[in-house]
Amino acid sequence: MLRNLARRISSSASSRSISQRCYPNFPAEPTRCLCTSVLPDTLDRSSESFARNSEAMESLISQLHSHIQQVMKGGGPEAVKRNRSRNKLLPRERIDRLIDPGSSFLELSQLAGHELYDDPLPSGGIITGIGPVHGNLCMFVANDPTVKGGTYYPITIKKHLRAQEIAAQCRLPCLYLVDSGGAFLPKQAEVFPDKENFGRIFYNQAVMSAEGIPQIALVLGSCTAGGAYIPAMADESVMVKANGTIFLAGPPLVKAATGEEVSAEDLGGASVHCRTSGVSDYFAQDELHALAIGRNIIKNLHMAGNMGGQHLRLSDFKEPLYDVAELRGIAPTDLKQSFDIRSVISRIVDGSEFDEFKKLYGTTLVTGFARIFGQPVGIIGNNGILFNESALKGAHFIELCAQRNIPLIFLQNITGFMVGSKSEANGIAKSGAKMVMAVSCAKVPKITVVVGGSFGAGNYAMCGRAYSPNFMFFWPNARISVMGGAQAAGVLAQIERANRKKAGIQWSKEDEEKFKAGVVEAYEQEGSAYYSTARLWDDGVIDPADTRKVLGLCIAASTKCKPESTKYGVFRM
Amino acid sequence: MSFLGLLIRRRARALPVGRREFSSSVRDSVSRASGRIEKILIANRGEIACRIIRTAKRLGIRTVAVYSDADESSLHVKSADEAVRIGPPPARLSYLSATTIIEAASRTGAQAIHPGYGFLSESSEFAQLCEDEGFIFIGPPASAIRDMGDKSASKRIMGAAGVPLVPGYHGDEQDIDLMKLEADRIGYPVLIKPTHGGGGKGMRIVQSPNDFADAFVGAQREAAASFGINTILLEKYITKPRHIEVQIFGDKHGSVIHLNERDCSVQRRHQKIIEEAPAPNISNDFRSHLGKAAVSAAKAVGYHNAGTVEFIVDTLTGEFYFMEMNTRLQVEHPVTEMIVGQDLVEWQIRVANGEPLPVSQSDVPLSGHAFEARIYAENVPKGFLPATGILHHYRPVQVSSEVRVETGVEQGDTVSMHYDPMIAKLVVWGEDRTGALIKMKDCLSTFQVAGLPTNIDFLLKLANHGAFENGEVETNFIDLHKDDLFIDPTDQLSKQQVYNAAIHGAAIAAACVCEKEHAVTKEGRPGNLSLWYANPPFRVNYSAKRTMELEWEDESSNGSSKFVPVHITYLGEGKYLIEVGGSSFPGLKLNVAHLRDHDFRVEHGGVSVNVSIAVYQKDQMEHIHIWHGSSHYHFKQRKGLDLADIDESYQKPAPEASSHPPGTVVAPMAGLVVKVLVQDGAKVVEGQPILVLEAMKMEHVVKAPSAGCISRLRVSAGQQVSDGTVLFAVKEWPSHGI
Repeated sequence: MLRNLARRISSSASSRSISQRCYPNFPAEPTRCLCTSVLPDTLDRSSESFARNSEAMESLISQLHSHIQQVMKGGGPEAVKRNRSRNKLLPRERIDRLIDPGSSFLELSQLAGHELYDDPLPSGGIITGIGPVHGNLCMFVANDPTVKGGTYYPITIKKHLRAQEIAAQCRLPCLYLVDSGGAFLPKQAEVFPDKENFGRIFYNQAVMSAEGIPQIALVLGSCTAGGAYIPAMADESVMVKANGTIFLAGPPLVKAATGEEVSAEDLGGASVHCRTSGVSDYFAQDELHALAIGRNIIKNLHMAGNMGGQHLRLSDFKEPLYDVAELRGIAPTDLKQSFDIRSVISRIVDGSEFDEFKKLYGTTLVTGFARIFGQPVGIIGNNGILFNESALKGAHFIELCAQRNIPLIFLQNITGFMVGSKSEANGIAKSGAKMVMAVSCAKVPKITVVVGGSFGAGNYAMCGRAYSPNFMFFWPNARISVMGGAQAAGVLAQIERANRKKAGIQWSKEDEEKFKAGVVEAYEQEGSAYYSTARLWDDGVIDPADTRKVLGLCIAASTKCKPESTKYGVFRM
Repeated sequence: MSFLGLLIRRRARALPVGRREFSSSVRDSVSRASGRIEKILIANRGEIACRIIRTAKRLGIRTVAVYSDADESSLHVKSADEAVRIGPPPARLSYLSATTIIEAASRTGAQAIHPGYGFLSESSEFAQLCEDEGFIFIGPPASAIRDMGDKSASKRIMGAAGVPLVPGYHGDEQDIDLMKLEADRIGYPVLIKPTHGGGGKGMRIVQSPNDFADAFVGAQREAAASFGINTILLEKYITKPRHIEVQIFGDKHGSVIHLNERDCSVQRRHQKIIEEAPAPNISNDFRSHLGKAAVSAAKAVGYHNAGTVEFIVDTLTGEFYFMEMNTRLQVEHPVTEMIVGQDLVEWQIRVANGEPLPVSQSDVPLSGHAFEARIYAENVPKGFLPATGILHHYRPVQVSSEVRVETGVEQGDTVSMHYDPMIAKLVVWGEDRTGALIKMKDCLSTFQVAGLPTNIDFLLKLANHGAFENGEVETNFIDLHKDDLFIDPTDQLSKQQVYNAAIHGAAIAAACVCEKEHAVTKEGRPGNLSLWYANPPFRVNYSAKRTMELEWEDESSNGSSKFVPVHITYLGEGKYLIEVGGSSFPGLKLNVAHLRDHDFRVEHGGVSVNVSIAVYQKDQMEHIHIWHGSSHYHFKQRKGLDLADIDESYQKPAPEASSHPPGTVVAPMAGLVVKVLVQDGAKVVEGQPILVLEAMKMEHVVKAPSAGCISRLRVSAGQQVSDGTVLFAVKEWPSHGI
């Protein structure tokens, strides 16, 4: 049985069949007589040594395969059964579902940990290797939770670091399939303190991210203590409902430290991290969903985008599912009426397909990846006031796009950042500043369309005129001013009344109303799209129904030049 | 023998007189001077519109289609020379809007209107309107439609013309006691039926005198509700009936002939699904009796053009009775065309032109046997309920002179809820009934539709049934043989057999999907990246394996599905080892060759067969259909596509609100309450808007986080609330009474 297996592999992997398949013109039978560079066949297949070697090698290979078969079983039937009962796949099965269907996977160091410790540690408790996802070769690093709960032995760390080293050298995006209890504590002296120990994993993540090598984490199980930094340090991360948890300390340690009693899910489940903390970006209903999101993230990396826009074939795009002309009926002329910016996005992007980033976090800002006429874009749109979370989310998303050279589209309908004592105490100005910093420094094409209001500092964070978007357009219903007319009237009236009081002049109710009406009227006039476009505060007023076309043309015009790398100033933390 | 092949040569045709320069904008008398129709508007849609357009094209007659918004890019619109939009999707605003259709005919300069079947085809008002507006109505005179439209009136006329009628009572006097006496006279079982309407509404079968009164009152009530008229008629109920109808044709010169009969006994939900011509197991003598009766019926109302006289045949006594006359071209007219070698649509146009019938009664041929199977989008296990959806995959069978596919849809089209869910009519002809039946079975098993449920597999079962093969048809055929046609879910043995066959199908499907996927994923990979897509996929020191978790839609057990985990081992060069988990199914070694698009040749144990697969995404699942031999299976596979998203716009109770009882909703921000949409105590559903807050110049709708009843609604319109103020709470609605 094993021998058959071996023969199948060796015959199918023969270089001839591959080269024939890849290069149809490659001669099937090398024409020996004509080619001087072809090596002669000097092998004596009938020799005794050939037979002896073959036989010896066969037994070696059979031994190798029996070792491999052993490690393929992971942590044994009991652990595998327990894993399955939690609706979890084994690490190699996870990888099989992440790589392109029917593609190859080059697994590394399968026998790491072989007879190394007192207990067996199949494959060193971690599976690493290279395989293609949507045609992008990726490095996979997958914990095996059936082996010692996925904890990191010294050899586990060594294998993890080696995979990262290869990824850094070959510039391969890294996919971390996290399901680990963290460092193996009994061996803490061998896993924690030294240079090539646990901490190096996160160091590598940081350095690779800075190099523009995407770092993606899928949290499919627990992710405790140091392990929590793998998703936290990742560019993008996904969490599975119920199975995935991230915390620096698990419920028992929390209870011991603070007395707080809390369940693992409430402490660090997907809901907490995708909605509230923002540690994770994508909420997955189950493992298959998480793996599908993982594939999507790789698809949206647009690695090819770093070569500039020229190579794109614009013929392969789908029209939006919904009529772009319906945008005329979506944008309200009364700006008090809110509308879901996704209804705008769904009418301007290819196939109405929008891969939303951090959907559950900072929900008043909508961010995500899409294509417009086949051209990859990152879209940022307003769904309400900017809160702390929304601004942080915006900054994070802009960083992702800048790193991957994906043009940014801003769909402005913003009344401003949240005001009030709670908001100020939370540092709304600081969060807003982060987004403004990201917008200012991101060296990617930026196009802004004001589809509703453009008020106050919201205008800045959403790439208003002062932030040099490559193009900026207004819809006819759009309005722009430092604040709303009524609010401005209120503020100015308060100041006026105080001044008059100081001067001892009476101000009748009637006069005050008149004063306020004047301010409102001025704001009304100065806020209109026509007032703006007349003064070249924008590049034109467009029919909402033309938005998709205008954006398509602008992106094409903006991606002619070579990509530049982005450097930021100091982010106020 | 082509259905168009035996065209009867007729006297030389007059050449069209001149050509008009702007023929489509003016309706003038020039072309009418030739007396011949040159442009037809088809007041219908779908397959019948396409069917009429085909004949018109062959005759050189220009065609105008009409369409509702739902049909804008459908086949009948594309096939016609011109097309006119007539309104929104609902039929009553488009295909039933007589004035809009007349206006479309005027705008395009059509001289004649063909109504097809259904819609306005049997509206005497429409026929009259056409005539009044100066258009030729391709159909019978309005008076004949009117006479035959009223069931009681038609029976009176038929009785007077000596056409046999089912013993019954058709009087105006509706007194219950009198009706009861009439019922007793007719003899039980008796059928109670409203005089107006159809579709089985208001119909009752009364087995004994005691049940009469209740049934009668119920029928009256239902008739009044459905049709507005509660007049009732009584008829003898025939226990073992057959539905046999006669195709008749009349010209405007008074001659009427019949073109033999059709048997349309096999019905479900009072609608025909398999029709055939001629009727099996009847004598020539009986045939000519039927034909004569049908001709008399037509003559009695001064009929011309195509019509069908339906008879009910009592198989126990051999008696036949007039049921009704359909004053239009029938859905099943092709089976007649196939056995008489005529194009009935051409006849319709010629008769409308005023030409005499091309053949006399004695020259009407009867050659071979023809079947029609109606392929519907419907859910067979759920009582044949109409289904809707997208035709993700649609490959009808190859047509020939003996196989016709009458269809009005193409792959990618939607079968909508607005109209009849018929996808296609499969029509086959053979030298004799057995020959035709073999052909029909073959065609049905290779007729590929995927994307929505169809009745194809059911039709195949019908066609394979012994009683059907013997021609033992009757109107309650399906009910009578339901045990054979629907698998009894309690019969473990047959259930196991069906399951095993499905597993086998799953194994082949999995191998084909892998082979296809491999071809697709490898395609267009730049440079040396294609090395990563070798077949078999490379693994270090082990063989690549793959698991597909297929769900089998077991159509025989009420749509429940079974889990079929398929394990695939890649052996290279199109070879696969397939094992199915959790079953005694032995591993299969398959050799797959991908022929083109959806077609494969799969070899197993030295036997190779043709296989077709269709793969599409629907409802977050990947659907895989496989056709091999005469089997068709449907599998689903979860692909981790985006599941139902959690709607994050619902105001989740804030985490810091944990001091509040569960279900409490607090203000997400400081602002002004502008509107409160429900009252305290109101029952609400999840996501229902409860109140509107205005803050930061924007209105924010606060929705119910879950279903339940609103309590502690403490705020009112105009009230200023601060961040975290309790707005209301949702108490779970008690699931057991209070």
